[in-house]
Amino acid sequence: MHNGKLSPFLKGALVVGFLFLYVPILSLIVYSFNASKLVTVWGGFSLRWYASLFENEQILSAVWLSVRIALAAAAAAVVLGTIAGLVLARFKRFPGSTLFAGMITAPMVMPEVITGLSMLLLFISLQQLIGVPTERGFFTIWVGHTTLCMAYVAVVVRSRLVEMDKNLEDAAMDLGAKPLKIFFVITLPLIAPAIASGFLLSVTLSLDDLVTTAFLSGPGSTTLPQVIFSKVRLGLNPEINALATITVLVVGSFVVLANYFMLNAQRKRDRAIAEAMRADAPKLPDVPLESLGRPGRA
Amino acid sequence: MKDAVASAQLPAKEAGQQAYLKIAGVVKKFGDHTAVDHVDLEIHQHEIFALLGSSGCGKSTLLRMLAGMETPTAGKILLDGQDITRLAPYNRPINMMFQSYALFPHMSVEQNIAFGLKQDGLPKDEISARVSEMLELVQMKKYATRKPYQLSGGQQQRVALARSLAKRPKLLLLDEPLGALDKKLRQQTQLELVNTLEKVGVTCIMVTHDQEEAMTMATRIGIMSEGQLLQVGTPSQIYDYPNCRFTAEFIGETNLFGGAVAVDEADRVEIDAPELGGRISIGHGITGPKGMEVWASVRPEDIRVDIRPVEPGPNRARGKVREIAYLGSYSVYHVQLGSGKVVKAMVPANRWYEAGETEPTWDDEVWISWRDDMPVVLTA
Ligand SMILES: Nc1ncnc2c1ncn2[C@@H]1O[C@H](COP(=O)(O)OP(=O)(O)OP(=O)(O)O)[C@@H](O)[C@H]1O
Ligand SMILES: [Mg+2]
Repeated sequence: MHNGKLSPFLKGALVVGFLFLYVPILSLIVYSFNASKLVTVWGGFSLRWYASLFENEQILSAVWLSVRIALAAAAAAVVLGTIAGLVLARFKRFPGSTLFAGMITAPMVMPEVITGLSMLLLFISLQQLIGVPTERGFFTIWVGHTTLCMAYVAVVVRSRLVEMDKNLEDAAMDLGAKPLKIFFVITLPLIAPAIASGFLLSVTLSLDDLVTTAFLSGPGSTTLPQVIFSKVRLGLNPEINALATITVLVVGSFVVLANYFMLNAQRKRDRAIAEAMRADAPKLPDVPLESLGRPGRA
Repeated sequence: MKDAVASAQLPAKEAGQQAYLKIAGVVKKFGDHTAVDHVDLEIHQHEIFALLGSSGCGKSTLLRMLAGMETPTAGKILLDGQDITRLAPYNRPINMMFQSYALFPHMSVEQNIAFGLKQDGLPKDEISARVSEMLELVQMKKYATRKPYQLSGGQQQRVALARSLAKRPKLLLLDEPLGALDKKLRQQTQLELVNTLEKVGVTCIMVTHDQEEAMTMATRIGIMSEGQLLQVGTPSQIYDYPNCRFTAEFIGETNLFGGAVAVDEADRVEIDAPELGGRISIGHGITGPKGMEVWASVRPEDIRVDIRPVEPGPNRARGKVREIAYLGSYSVYHVQLGSGKVVKAMVPANRWYEAGETEPTWDDEVWISWRDDMPVVLTA
């Protein structure tokens, strides 16, 4: 890393690392265009798996369910997680605040099998007691995913709040804004990036959750990861390759676009700051110190 | 008696004018820690008052209680006759300029300045009139649509000032208004800030730990230490007549000699000062019995240095030059006395040349002396 050059060893390590990360994805993309049904044999280029993918009702309805659950769970997680993060970061310490802080993050470290199982037990006993939820499906999966995602959102929002200058809120209060107004006009806009990344994180987590979902889904409500998993268990499937390729394409272009805009914004910002700094430079001559302080004695 | 400049800055007060802000017996405790300890203070209208003290002495806490961000444990705060001790911050006719400016990063300069006015529900055209008036005042018209991060430190400071003045508060609080600027910019901004504040005529309390800043900007200064307000006065009063050792040492440099009162007459006092190896004579009486333990404070610029022996008597001693700091128009001599005490004396650069004498250097023997109207007697 010194003088900007990579040693041969580092170069090699870099290449191996990238191969390790991307060869599997590349081979998946290549084989999605394979005409042969056998995944391991190249039978020429074809788009037939894409065509059959879009006719596969089971996969399409699983995608639709997964997307709906992901958006709904992320939305709920963002609301609850923001409130929890706010309490963790802003409220004075109250008895049990440490316990509360620890418990918020528990779903992140708890084995998902346990979270899933305990939720399942909860829903079953609720059904016996009050009759809802009547069946396992969208609602139960949504509750499970919200619980999981909320913990992540709370952590992200909290750390953003901790690094945000508390004086900004005090200043707003000083200028006459009441607490609720301050939250919506000052705090919320400033933590919006954290909330947005919490939302995206939640969507991702929910879209690819398999374990918790397995406990909470019922007949007729199969999410995308469940479909893929069950299909792949019966042998590799080119349709799934096609689906995965589309996913990679969507995610990849999203990342590239986001990076592009962020870089652009950063550059603009840097230029503006540099310009502002120059503004301080040309100034009046120095005022001699002695003429200011120290009143002389007669 | 001394400083025509300082007294000219003084607001018309003594003439029976009643205090505009009155802080009475205010205490703030955090757990068992007393951050502000029974502070009594009266501020007059149009005054620029500086709270000066070392780090952690409770300056910001006192300011935050005035702004309403903290509630006093005990005591009362009255502003313009109204008891505001328990008034919510958003209902107080007081605005504050924060230490790090606390400009809202997602709002433009204009929007920052308009924020407080919007909370008051002023009509749109009045808000924009007021905003442009403020931008004019701090000369930031050109930057109205910029975001705070597109501004330099000095410009941010001006926007913060404009924002805190926009609501025309009865009292303006400034917490280390220039603390975030570098030294050079600071000196220039001090004068700029005072000009603006005087133009607006707002009553102000500022907090600083820079004594030079306080002396330059304020009409009166309050010295704080460990939560207590030790002394309040004009810059020259505090410099010339400190009331305790802390103030004497905190404001400017001084030499302190401890001793017991040996002669106590109506118009003369003598103090036995072992560190001086002789007596300190003072040309006025003090209230206190003979034998009382006191300190005499002698400013370096009041000490005369001679290379020839002076007549024996009070207020003088022999010593050796230990160090000389040349500071251009004057030099500071560190003279070590027989007792080991090092005394600092400020000597004008042309002193030796005018007397036709050779300048003393390291390890030379010198005599220090001062007139008997120079020392200030401190009892605490
Ligand atoms: N919210 C708080 N909880 C507990 N202690 C506090 C709190 N705020 C201030 N203190 C304590 O009160 C004392 C005074 O603090 P304050 O901020 O008023 O000092 P300051 O004079 O403004 O110092 P500085 O010049 O460093 O800003 C400090 O010892 C500080 O630790
Ligand atoms: Mg402070």
